[in-house]
Amino acid sequence: MKSKQRAYLLMTIPAVALFFLFHTFPLLQGVFYSFTNWRGYGDWEFVGLSNYFNVFQDMRAWSAYGFTFQFAIVSTLLVNLFSLLVALGLNANIKFQKTLRAIYFLPNILSILIVGFIFQFIFTLFLPQLATLIGVEALSTNILGSPDHAWIGVVIMAVWQAVAFNTILYLAGLQTVPAEVFEAASIDGANPWQRFWKITFPIIAPFFTINMVLALKTFLMVFDHIIALTGGGPGYSTESISVLIYRGGFEGGQFGYQSANAVIYFIVIVALSIFQLRVLQKREVQQ
Amino acid sequence: MKRKKTNWLITTLLIFGTLLILFPLYLTITIALKTPQEMGEPLLSLPNEWRFQNFLDAIELTNFYNAFLNSFIVTACVVILTVLTNSLVSYAIARNMHKGFYKALFYYFVSAMFVPFPIIMLPLVRQTAVWNMDNLVGLIFLYIVFQLSFNVFIYVGYIKSIPIELEEAAVMDGGNSWSIFWKVIFPLLGPMNATVAILTALYAWNDFMLPLVILTDPSDATLPLTQYIFQSEFSTNYNLAFASYLLAMLPMIIVYVIAQRWIIGNVTRGAVK
Repeated sequence: MKSKQRAYLLMTIPAVALFFLFHTFPLLQGVFYSFTNWRGYGDWEFVGLSNYFNVFQDMRAWSAYGFTFQFAIVSTLLVNLFSLLVALGLNANIKFQKTLRAIYFLPNILSILIVGFIFQFIFTLFLPQLATLIGVEALSTNILGSPDHAWIGVVIMAVWQAVAFNTILYLAGLQTVPAEVFEAASIDGANPWQRFWKITFPIIAPFFTINMVLALKTFLMVFDHIIALTGGGPGYSTESISVLIYRGGFEGGQFGYQSANAVIYFIVIVALSIFQLRVLQKREVQQ
Repeated sequence: MKRKKTNWLITTLLIFGTLLILFPLYLTITIALKTPQEMGEPLLSLPNEWRFQNFLDAIELTNFYNAFLNSFIVTACVVILTVLTNSLVSYAIARNMHKGFYKALFYYFVSAMFVPFPIIMLPLVRQTAVWNMDNLVGLIFLYIVFQLSFNVFIYVGYIKSIPIELEEAAVMDGGNSWSIFWKVIFPLLGPMNATVAILTALYAWNDFMLPLVILTDPSDATLPLTQYIFQSEFSTNYNLAFASYLLAMLPMIIVYVIAQRWIIGNVTRGAVK
């Protein structure tokens, strides 16, 4: 028995030690430096909470939080809407099911950065040229160049790429819906709309929650999309929180300050996750 | 069971939908094959003649083979070592979840999923630089360690569903915990290993942020990082740029075309768990 316990410890301790060293330890350092004025080099001293107060007065930080939330919420809703529709379609009695499924999953295997570069070309050159050719003046300018509309371009690209993965999760959920339930409902005269809301949706509700949580969390961390499409511009209009921390921390000599920003960002994500888990548990109680 | 009627309306709608998916790829392929002079013509048109020289130029300019090799080595090492180590750790945790220590470990790993990368990014980059880990070995190592938090979560759930009697029989035959894991449990984890391997491969192959902040030597650059580095040089030549993007995406697309049923099947199975 003793040797068995020793074996279990040997299996876990090295992993825990390494995880602590490369994940938890940097996290603790980040929290520590958030109370200093360190620039990433040279001397530093403790500045108490002043980094935190400064973040709250920083227009660039407010703009980053505003953009990130706007982007994340709109993208989460659109991704879930489209992926649910596509999954319902793929789950119906259709021809070429395997091929269609393969095509709809394709964007998930591609690098977000490279997809972003391709969409950047589409927005800056292709769409304006097309709009000019067919004479739609309103669309003939590059939307990524407009401070008010550039975020829409980021949403379009993010949704294009992310629908694939959520579709597969919904499809997995739909396959757990027993066919007999459907047939019984059809005999009772339920129309497709009623069947969806009364039967299908409650059964796949856990997948809906997981998809919403996953998508929101992924989109709040948005980085690659921004680097590829806009670089945060025009101005700072599409600068996300991750991009701001990266820029300020590595290029702006704001190691301590951006660490404070990162801690706030961390607290926001944890608070949102707890909120979502509450909603999730409530639903489980109801069922 | 009687065969139901095909729903042609939905089939047609879905086929039209694929145009949205395939269109950016069509654009990528055709532009990669055009000359700069053709860019003045309607962009939707097919190339006048297929100019494969773009690919040769892109390979040379971006040092493609080097970046491909880097990405391949990183992805292969990360996938193999992640599956081997993460499943082992999860096994020890799953079989001891009734003990406070292992339960705490489980929650320790899983709660780390909520930590956004930017908060550890700044200190981590300094740490890896000081410890000479700002290279491919460091990158591989970090991927394996970071994956633990998600993989422990899904492996533990799966291992719990494996009956413990199977192990007790092996104990009778005189096996210790290590040999039981490798001979009895690991083979039973096959489907879960496949899911983890696919998700890990997609992540390690396509990830851009970790290589961007960790790697310091340009010759270590992975494929996405190479595209980023050379993007400024491409700004005047979209044909070369798209040839390069296509080359960078092609290995994964080829793997996907060959193995898509297996890939989608395993990702779906992982989702149900």
